[in-house]
Amino acid sequence: MKLNWRSFPFIGSIITLMALVILPSLLSAYGLSLLTQVLIYGLFAMSLDLLVGYTGLVSFNHASFFGVGAYTAAILVTRGVENFWLTLLAGIFTSLLLALLLGSLVLRSSGPYFLMITLAFGQMIFALAWRWRSLTGGDDGLSGVPRPNLGLPFSMWDSQNFYYLVLVFFVLCSVVLWKIVRSKLGRSIIGVRESESRMQALGYNTWLIKYLSYAIAGGFAGLAGVLFVYFNGFISPQQLDWSMSGLVILMVIVGGAGTLIGPVIGAGSIFILQNLISAQTERWPMSMGIIFILCVMYLRDGVAGQTIKLSKKGLKNYERIRNTKRL
Amino acid sequence: MNALEILNACKTFGGLAVLQDVSLSVEVGERRAIIGPNGAGKTTLFNIISGTLPLNSGTISLFGKRSEHLSPYRRARAGLARTFQQNNLFFNLTLLENIHLAILPHHTQSSPQEFLETWGWWEKRDMPVKELSYGDQRQVELLLALAQSPRLLLLDEPTAGMSSVETQKITSMIRNLSREITVLIIEHDMEVVFDLADRITVLNYGRVLFEGSQEEVRSDQRVKEVYLGTTD
Repeated sequence: MKLNWRSFPFIGSIITLMALVILPSLLSAYGLSLLTQVLIYGLFAMSLDLLVGYTGLVSFNHASFFGVGAYTAAILVTRGVENFWLTLLAGIFTSLLLALLLGSLVLRSSGPYFLMITLAFGQMIFALAWRWRSLTGGDDGLSGVPRPNLGLPFSMWDSQNFYYLVLVFFVLCSVVLWKIVRSKLGRSIIGVRESESRMQALGYNTWLIKYLSYAIAGGFAGLAGVLFVYFNGFISPQQLDWSMSGLVILMVIVGGAGTLIGPVIGAGSIFILQNLISAQTERWPMSMGIIFILCVMYLRDGVAGQTIKLSKKGLKNYERIRNTKRL
Repeated sequence: MNALEILNACKTFGGLAVLQDVSLSVEVGERRAIIGPNGAGKTTLFNIISGTLPLNSGTISLFGKRSEHLSPYRRARAGLARTFQQNNLFFNLTLLENIHLAILPHHTQSSPQEFLETWGWWEKRDMPVKELSYGDQRQVELLLALAQSPRLLLLDEPTAGMSSVETQKITSMIRNLSREITVLIIEHDMEVVFDLADRITVLNYGRVLFEGSQEEVRSDQRVKEVYLGTTD
């Protein structure tokens, strides 16, 4: 095969997938639980990246969709619904519906105003979860969500089995998201990020494009939320809070916005750093602040973005040298 | 049928009347230049034709269809294309991706490759547009509008900031366009205006000061005073 930067993502994903399949047998129980979280949050961050990196909309209430998906599943499960697929679909559907509703309101603004209005709506939903005690359990949250029963011969109470369930969803969603960003819709989403006024002048309904992107991102975040509540067994308003939205934005930025793989790397780096640093000191949030500042100063495109940039540059040089040698 | 018919268009920003009672009709296939001093309302006129700005009062018809309530993208689909005074491109995407986006919403026969080959740009297809020279970007600005296969083309100072060689290149691109395309052009370079335009509309303080053929514009005393400058 010809050495081409276009073939790198493919080879890279095969290697990553193989590593993700093998890793559980090498990791401790704690490591496995960490890796499961990385995949769930990675999916959550990928869905946000569709907005931040591809559409150019910095949304500050993405935790709403994650939390609402999780709460929907938790409410159904604690009220006796045992079917995993039903709770999963209900979680995705509720988040999607919320995204369609909120999208029709927040997409009237743009730039910093968009950020502020999404923050406001996010906090409204947080307050709703906090106060609607009869439904959500208020600040106590909802606990006692068991691992799902899929009717398979192996139990999901086994951490490895559950990890593989999450991995299957993670891979499927990554493929779907990848297909979306490569589709006609995906190209127009990128076009809106680059220049909305030009897109309008070219004949695109840019509002609809942003609306679709917002809804898709909300739906995937809801799915991640459902997986999270089955993993964690417990959901509280904290998962809906602005600080959670902030954390996932950080994952996208640290990993590299607009790359899909970036947010997963971001989720991984932040979880691992959090564990390493909080074992030494209580000042984890301060360390996170420093990491963020360093990223903004020296790693503007994030880990993945910077790597892609450098490897493209390297390949260009390589091809140039090869061509001169031929001459 | 006229390609464009504007009747009594008014546009104000706060208390400032930028367009006052502007009426304009442009025949299909015509090349019409819009000239006037800075702040005369030329770009605002383009923005209300393309729908970026709403009108306060008046009507706009595109090819005989009332269009003042249509959103910009609907006007674009009706055959209206425009370029911008300041380059407004998908800078981080390659030239090919730019053209692809321009062709996508329109039912055209040609592929992005055919289009770029026709205009002699295929060689540069993989360049990110931000890496092209300013003069090249200015031409891509026009190429994007042409890729929409428009029926009515609005050009906002297409030669602004270009060298004389580049200006000639872009002028000949416009001159050689099919007469099926109606062209409205805002331009400060009077050589370009006299080279391209069938008729000229002079705007001043948001009003149509004068409209006529090249000879009429050249000999009109008021136009000389506000724009061309007096000879003595």
